[in-house]
Amino acid sequence: MFAAEAAETAVSWFYTHAWVIPALPAASFVLILFFGKRLPFKGAEIGITAVAAAFVLAVLTTFTWIGDVQAEIASHEEGTTTEEHGTTEGGATTEEEHGTTEEEAPATSEEEEGLASGEQAAPAAPVAEEEEGGHATRGAPILTERTWFSNGADTFRIGTLIDGQSVMLLFVVTFISLLVHVYSTDYVHGDRRYTHFFAFLSLFTAAMLYYVLSSNTLQMIMGWELVGVCSFGLIGHWWEEKANSDAALKAFFTNRVGDIGLLVGMITLYFASGKTFDVVEINSKAISGETSHTALLVASLCLMAAVMSKSGQFILHTWLPDAMAGPTPVSALIHAATMVVAGVYLIGRLYGVFWMGLSIPGSSINAMAVIGAVTTVGGGLLAFVQRDIKKVLAYSTVSQLGYMVLALGVGAYTAGMFHLFTHAFFKACLFLGAGSVSHACHHSFDMKADMGGLRKYMPKTFITFVIGSLALAGIPPLAGFWSKDEILAGAGVWPGTEGNGDYWMPFVFGMITAALTAAYMTRTVWLTFFGEYRGHAHPHESGPRITTPLIILAFMAVVVGFLNLPGPFVETLGLPAGIAHRFEEWVEPGGIASFPPIDHANPSLTLAIVASLLAAGAGFVVLRYYKALYAKDAHAAEYTDGLRSRNTLAAAGYRVLENKYYLDHLYTGIIAGATKGPIADAAYWINQNIIDGIINTVGKFSVGLGRFVYHFIDQGMVDEAVNVSGRTASGSGQFLRRIQTGQIRQYATLMFGSAALLAAVFIIAI
Amino acid sequence: MYLNQFLILAAALFCIGVYGVLARRNGVLVLMSIELILNSVNINLVALSAMNGDVTGQVFALFVIAVAAAEVGVGLAIVLLIYRNRRSIDIAEANLLKG
Amino acid sequence: MTDFLNDWGIALMVFLPLVGVAIMMVIPGQEEETHKLIALVTSLGSAVMGVLLLQNFDYDRTKDLQFLVDQRWIEVINARFTVGLDGISLPLVALTLLVTPLVIIYSWNHIPDPGNAKAFLILMLVLHTGMLGTFVAQDLVLFFVFFEVVLLPMYFMIGVWGGENRLYAAIKFFLYTLFGSAFMLVAFLALYWVTGSQTFNLQDLAAEVASRDIPLRTQVLIFGGMFLGFGIKVPMFPFHTWLPDAHTQAPTQGSVILAAVLLKLGTYGFVRIALPILPEAAVEWAPWIGLLAVIGIIYGALGCLAQTDMKRLIAFSSVAHMGYVMLGIATLTNFGINAAIFGMVAHGLITGMLFFIAGSVKERYHTLEIKRLGGLLVQAPHMGWILGFTSMASLGLPGLAGFWGEFPAILAAYNPAPGLSVSLFRTYMVIAAVGTVLAAAYLLWLLQRTAFGTPSEEFAHDDHIHDTVFTEWVAWVPMLILIVVLGFIPSLIFDVTNAPATVVGDVFEALGR
Repeated sequence: MFAAEAAETAVSWFYTHAWVIPALPAASFVLILFFGKRLPFKGAEIGITAVAAAFVLAVLTTFTWIGDVQAEIASHEEGTTTEEHGTTEGGATTEEEHGTTEEEAPATSEEEEGLASGEQAAPAAPVAEEEEGGHATRGAPILTERTWFSNGADTFRIGTLIDGQSVMLLFVVTFISLLVHVYSTDYVHGDRRYTHFFAFLSLFTAAMLYYVLSSNTLQMIMGWELVGVCSFGLIGHWWEEKANSDAALKAFFTNRVGDIGLLVGMITLYFASGKTFDVVEINSKAISGETSHTALLVASLCLMAAVMSKSGQFILHTWLPDAMAGPTPVSALIHAATMVVAGVYLIGRLYGVFWMGLSIPGSSINAMAVIGAVTTVGGGLLAFVQRDIKKVLAYSTVSQLGYMVLALGVGAYTAGMFHLFTHAFFKACLFLGAGSVSHACHHSFDMKADMGGLRKYMPKTFITFVIGSLALAGIPPLAGFWSKDEILAGAGVWPGTEGNGDYWMPFVFGMITAALTAAYMTRTVWLTFFGEYRGHAHPHESGPRITTPLIILAFMAVVVGFLNLPGPFVETLGLPAGIAHRFEEWVEPGGIASFPPIDHANPSLTLAIVASLLAAGAGFVVLRYYKALYAKDAHAAEYTDGLRSRNTLAAAGYRVLENKYYLDHLYTGIIAGATKGPIADAAYWINQNIIDGIINTVGKFSVGLGRFVYHFIDQGMVDEAVNVSGRTASGSGQFLRRIQTGQIRQYATLMFGSAALLAAVFIIAI
Repeated sequence: MYLNQFLILAAALFCIGVYGVLARRNGVLVLMSIELILNSVNINLVALSAMNGDVTGQVFALFVIAVAAAEVGVGLAIVLLIYRNRRSIDIAEANLLKG
Repeated sequence: MTDFLNDWGIALMVFLPLVGVAIMMVIPGQEEETHKLIALVTSLGSAVMGVLLLQNFDYDRTKDLQFLVDQRWIEVINARFTVGLDGISLPLVALTLLVTPLVIIYSWNHIPDPGNAKAFLILMLVLHTGMLGTFVAQDLVLFFVFFEVVLLPMYFMIGVWGGENRLYAAIKFFLYTLFGSAFMLVAFLALYWVTGSQTFNLQDLAAEVASRDIPLRTQVLIFGGMFLGFGIKVPMFPFHTWLPDAHTQAPTQGSVILAAVLLKLGTYGFVRIALPILPEAAVEWAPWIGLLAVIGIIYGALGCLAQTDMKRLIAFSSVAHMGYVMLGIATLTNFGINAAIFGMVAHGLITGMLFFIAGSVKERYHTLEIKRLGGLLVQAPHMGWILGFTSMASLGLPGLAGFWGEFPAILAAYNPAPGLSVSLFRTYMVIAAVGTVLAAAYLLWLLQRTAFGTPSEEFAHDDHIHDTVFTEWVAWVPMLILIVVLGFIPSLIFDVTNAPATVVGDVFEALGR
């Protein structure tokens, strides 16, 4: 039948052999480690080849997937004429897919024959359409698994899971990793550990891809930790300086704290869903209500802790800015585009669990949305007060990750994933741009002391950086605009949007961030590229291996937003309806049991306009402020000087005129200044002293506690008890020894004395 | 005849013997003092046996005399050996068994 | 061939080292190279026997004892020479067979002061026999004899070739363990009399205890005796203080063997003897064992944070890691026991490796004081990387062996055997999970202080400090490879231990119903 044919094409070679994609960089890691130093390009060529091959495979997989999903949609549209028919067709498709995977799986790998087994996890049975015939079944996950090990009656599997989400991230990771590899050949050229750098990049890519393709939570834990280690190794790349290794340790510890949540959460899910680590099964059981709500709630909260640590959410975000101690390509790849979104990916992977556990639909507040909202504003404020261009970007990443979590928290799954997708491109572009700038300025990242006016010296970097900034700020029609707009609409409070609930608080915070983002990026761009050069180097444009990735990423930052055009926009412009919501169709599964039934918010033109104006306005205000100061002194090294003194004193009426009715001051001094000054300072102070302080105190306290326990309890009491018993025996011997003098007369004295004593007792007693 | 006189004599001898054992440093004199102690016991034994009309005590006294003779023999031999080794029979110096 | 292996295989494997000892006795001590060669050859011979056994082992019935030999031995008390191999003992026997030759190879140019390779290697071989014997013995008296045989060589190893405070450490080790053994022996004898079965055979005793109506109180007391004996060896929390001293003072080889194999005698005793024979008492004891285990996890980690000496830190980390193993055992589930056995092997490899590195660091720097070290990656890059790798393995990184001892143990604590308090064990689970953070803290702290940074003034221009040498590579590479391989293919061990662990687990499953 038609469905059977579709299934034949569905399980293509690329799905069943997806394991090759992480295997390539893993092999590259081993090769570079052992042979890298002897090769002409010190191992970089292996890494680039492997990642390029992985990228090609990922692209092919992506296109196969897109083709399959489109075919499914087409088949559904044909089937809707007879609704019943369509339903069975959908069901058959999913089952067939799994059936075919089963047959193929044992033959796929020869090397693991000993472990191979024909059994496969039961596929997710499509149930949704039973209730609602209108839903098209599309994007059902495709599992390729084999037995890993068994324990009692329980079997644990290892394998790959292909669905829209994993395919999307496969593409992103391999794409950005490839560009970063190329970029690094120039950027870390001549580094003391050039080969190791590439080895670790490969390892990271492998670990990340492994994580992305995991078909069960046990594998996810493995991948999760492995990317953490690579992050540790790369942050501490220049470990000779203590600050770097401190940052690396901090990153690892903070993530470990979150890992408690990960372990406990995953274990809870394992038992609550009837002893399975299988992602599909866990989700299906959570959505169908088989798993108890308490367990889901506990698991979601525990997993949120893991997300907070990995994806830099308040209050576990402090490691992320410190992680900028690593080389810039690493920051772009790991701490902006890929690893830090692992937490967001985790939420998406187990969306059924969070959906039910945190009761996302029909609510107005939940833990995830609140964490995301607080993070997004907090990160944005902090980005204002940084001198270090990479730290601005780091806090910006924190803020944007907050956006993604917020989106998932309000039930806007596609919006969150789409923002993850677009953010990866423009943030990687910005980071690599920052790296290019510092490459030109003696490896300094200080915007105030060593930059300024660079647009004249490095036009390519300037243009790509501005494009990235505009995309990040959400200026239409660049990528960030589309994804951000969807998130704001997804909160469901703007008239006519109707999402999954009335998430007022996240919505308001999201709007604030929209303005904040534009404002701090304007500041960054101004300080870096405008005014006069303030440093002492001779800035120059970077080489082609640096600028080419920048241009490619900037191009992506312009175009990827069009992948998910909102319906009304398409209608208004009279474009073909088919191009709307493409990303949603490809990434978000529909009508399957392992994915929650999400209500999609309606895109709103008015909201889009308001949000864009807000962003543009905020950017404009900051721009005015800097222009005014620039007009006064083109060489001003410290632009913040005089800001606070001017807005603390009220001025005379004469100065009202001089200051153009203080409108400038209202814009720049009070609004921007207050945000930049006291509020952000306070936030940063809280960040550095309270939140970070708590972490430091906890660290110091546990070391102190360790000392105390060791010295007083262990050495003083437990061990002492052992020693005391020994000492007592030996001490009593020492004492008794003194009695034995060897003097006969003394013995005799004792003997007679005691005899006399006994006699006396005897006499008295009787 | 009063038993008391014998007992007092025995006690006196015993005390002298004990004094000798404790106070003298000469090995031979210590042995002689021990002899005094033993003999004081003998007197007691004989006196009490005579009073009770039971010969067991006297038999005991004979035993003691025999054992005392042996003891003195061994004791003198030890003293002699100590003298040979150390050229002194001062028992204060003989403290090889000190712990 | 198969018949030969069935009858003689285990005996040859266990006693071959003693043949080597006999030969070495008659060769004068000056010929060090000959001694090293003989020691290596005999240990390898024993390993070859082991490989043959492993090859002929029937992996489809791992829960049965294979190559079983049952001979008369001490007839008066009906103690028999019973040895056999099943899924529980197999991984540990393999571990022992691997570690001893590696240690001997390492000794090739690392004979600690005051030298005398002959005596040192003889002790090593005796130790080897004792360890192997303990893992294959199926008779309580035989088990006890092997268990004690191990003590003496170790005592001399620490006492003669140890550090400055060696005598104290050696005597403490010896007396402490002997103290526990005394209780263990009493427990064994009590079993002999209480069951009235007049047998020391493990299988028979388990059946006897199950069939007779022995008061729970008596069982609990007998279990207590075993608990002391095995718990001190593990070592469990309040009985652990001999360990840091022994490890710190022992020569490198002694530390490696102590960490890799000796500690496992205790945990193995729990799995092999205490749990199957006295299941009802085990249910009573399990919450307390679990409690001591999690205290050990946190306490050991805190102890590590306070250390200033690298070797002592690693020693304390053993307390924490063995805590996970004991937690797995305390859950009384097949999963927990599987995890425990995996944890034993993983800990043996990883901590053994860490002690190797500590020994080599000491040899180069003549100190293990953490604050004087630093920049190992600069001066000895390979060794620094190996230290980093092993630390990662030790802190339970998924994809390396340590993870499979730790995570399943935590997992098993979520759902302990029926009859145990679920909420209590879930609390243990969370505490154990917190322990993983502390593990990361002390290991990375160690790594940062020793490997990262630049060498201190004191050692910056010391030509004596060189990178890994040949014998070190030979001794270390097999362990490193195994750490990775076991990390990715845990079924290598789980498949072997699963069936016998399920047998043990099912007993408790049935008991709780």
